[in-house]
Amino acid sequence: MTRLTIDDLKKIKEKHKATFTLREGGYRAKITVHMGTCGIAAGAREVMTALMDEIAQANVEDVIVTTSGCAGLCSREPMATVEIVNHPPVKYVELNKNKIKEIFKEHVLNGNVIEKYAMVIGSETTY
Amino acid sequence: MSEQKRINLMVCAGTGCVSAGSLEIKKVIETEINKRGLEKEVGIVLTGCNGLCAGGPVIAVYPEEIFYQKLKPEDIPHLVEEHFLKGRPVQRLMYKMPEKRKAIPVMSEIPFFKYQVLRVLRNKGLIDPEKIEEYIARDGYQGAAKALTEMTSEEIIKVVKDSGIRGRGGAGFPTGLKWEFASKVKSDIKFMLCNGDEGDPGAFMDRSVMEADPHSVIEGMIIGAKAIGANKGYIYVRAEYPLAVRRLQLAIDQAKEAGLLGKNILDSGFDFDLEIYQGAGAFVCGEETALMRSIEGRRGMPRPRPPFPAHKGLWDKPSVLNNVETLAGIPQIILNGAQWFRSLGTEKSPGTKVFALTGAINNVGLVEVPMGIPLRMIIYDIGAGIKGKNRTFKAVQLGGPSGGCIPESLIDTPVDYESILATGAIMGSGGMVVMDNNNCMVGMAKFFLEFTAEESCGKCPPCRIGTKIMLDILTDISEGKGNKEDIETLQDLSHDIIATSLCGLGQTAPNPVLTTIRYFRDEYESHINDRWCKAGVCRDLCSFHIIEQLCTGCGACMMACPSKAIMGEKKKPHKIIQEACIRCRTCYVTCKFNSIKILPAKFEGDPATLVEVPAGAGMRKEGGVE
Repeated sequence: MTRLTIDDLKKIKEKHKATFTLREGGYRAKITVHMGTCGIAAGAREVMTALMDEIAQANVEDVIVTTSGCAGLCSREPMATVEIVNHPPVKYVELNKNKIKEIFKEHVLNGNVIEKYAMVIGSETTY
Repeated sequence: MSEQKRINLMVCAGTGCVSAGSLEIKKVIETEINKRGLEKEVGIVLTGCNGLCAGGPVIAVYPEEIFYQKLKPEDIPHLVEEHFLKGRPVQRLMYKMPEKRKAIPVMSEIPFFKYQVLRVLRNKGLIDPEKIEEYIARDGYQGAAKALTEMTSEEIIKVVKDSGIRGRGGAGFPTGLKWEFASKVKSDIKFMLCNGDEGDPGAFMDRSVMEADPHSVIEGMIIGAKAIGANKGYIYVRAEYPLAVRRLQLAIDQAKEAGLLGKNILDSGFDFDLEIYQGAGAFVCGEETALMRSIEGRRGMPRPRPPFPAHKGLWDKPSVLNNVETLAGIPQIILNGAQWFRSLGTEKSPGTKVFALTGAINNVGLVEVPMGIPLRMIIYDIGAGIKGKNRTFKAVQLGGPSGGCIPESLIDTPVDYESILATGAIMGSGGMVVMDNNNCMVGMAKFFLEFTAEESCGKCPPCRIGTKIMLDILTDISEGKGNKEDIETLQDLSHDIIATSLCGLGQTAPNPVLTTIRYFRDEYESHINDRWCKAGVCRDLCSFHIIEQLCTGCGACMMACPSKAIMGEKKKPHKIIQEACIRCRTCYVTCKFNSIKILPAKFEGDPATLVEVPAGAGMRKEGGVE
């Protein structure tokens, strides 16, 4: 490491922002890829890899990705849920790597829901 | 860190978790993650002490902040598959409240963490202590940058004085004042020193800070050095803290390479160089003048003050010695201001304090709380109460061998310097040893005095001879050779030793004896007069008896007895053969029906006459009538 200046301290902080968004919270969008056995069998793994690549390329710091189990609609896997903070979650179905890339660009980055891939807006109501 | 991960696994690598096997857990996790091709998605970070040492090895999983404890290598394949791949957190491995079955998944909702306020420990479990970048990413070295480039020495001292922070090593002397004294002395050479000679039995606050966030200590020292005008510093750490030494050395090397130590730090024109000095573990070297002598290469012994170290310290040059926790808190004070620091705590004891919670408590671990919170909250809410059934809180020892015990009746005492002092204990550096009804208070006092008598450096007679005489008296009492005058003699001796000892070691050594006499005088009296240690700890002063009416004849005690001293037929009351009993207390701890009683040594006759047998006792069923 070279000698640091005060500016460098700020730059290092910026560079690690994404990591600490993950650890401390404060993210803008959360994408959940459903990774039940059904999801994985239908190709959720590939969807996840594509999504991770896309995020790395876009170099965004405020998006987190998580997984969850079977969403209960095995016939329409792979599925993913996109939640922009303060917006209702959107469930996408029958995904592949191209679709998830498109969703990431259009929905997560630009804020436009892609209705043709979406199944429903909003979560199931639970009683 | 070039690529973004979707999961960060914070594996605790504090000394507690490492000895519980966390490094092996990390290895297995890595293998399992690679097996499933998750290595690009899951980042593994080794952190400093997470705090909940009782649950070790522990890991926290971000972003969900899910907390897993008591992990074993065989749990890992399932955990990786279910949680990290499929996103289904594994309940079985989560924290549960004692006696409850429901798991609490999220770390911040576990009472142990919920009631804490992290300032000194703000980075614990969140950063990799071996990476300077992660410290910088959490505002690290911003305080030093501000102090070095925007503030004068007087301004730094004013902020620290206004904050009201007091030395966290135990005595509670205002840090700002200490710095001011040293800054006003003119000298070509001054020293900034850090006291990491943590030696109280049951204390591990400083070790945890040095292990979890070593850069915060270094940054605090840079700021202090600028304030007093020192260009050279030492961190005094005991060699028994190898992990702390290693992480500190790594941090110093990184800081030097980054130009945060050495010449012209951050282009401010200020130079500061720092070294570790490893102590050999003598308790007295925690005393400031002894510590300085030890760094000089001489035998660690205190000398009379004045002159105070601010005038004549290390190598007779003006020196400031601050505790690890004090220094680690300084960068945040500089960055956020004195008022921010005062927003927590009390008027005279502002800020937060780190405690090491140990002993007969469920959540053994490291906690940070605002000053002024009641002791009860630390013990029952954060600590989750006394461990084990049929156990009740008896007292808590604050301040280690220099401190005193606080009994149940004072459990609502607010934790601040003045209130704790009023009980006869001291705040100390933060060791909190919890004792339950199975602890003998005479034995406790003896234990701590054994420690101080052994650690006394021998320079001044009151401490060297006085502690030995007191220890002899306590030993006699615990062996049934006590006299009626002993309590008074102990008190007299205590006052003399306190008044005439040279340093803090002797001046505080009698505190455990004085407080146990103050709050548990009846125990001393029953030891001396009745030859009866009611807790069954002093083996010469107790005997164990089975109350027939309460015994169900389950046979558990008979199985547990190592000297085969218990006889009896199944479902009929058992009996202890006194001649064979070694008074190890195993049966007493084993019995689920509370039917074993501790009576005076050589007790003969019907034990039921001496203890209360609840009305309607007799859980034993005769004749099989259901």
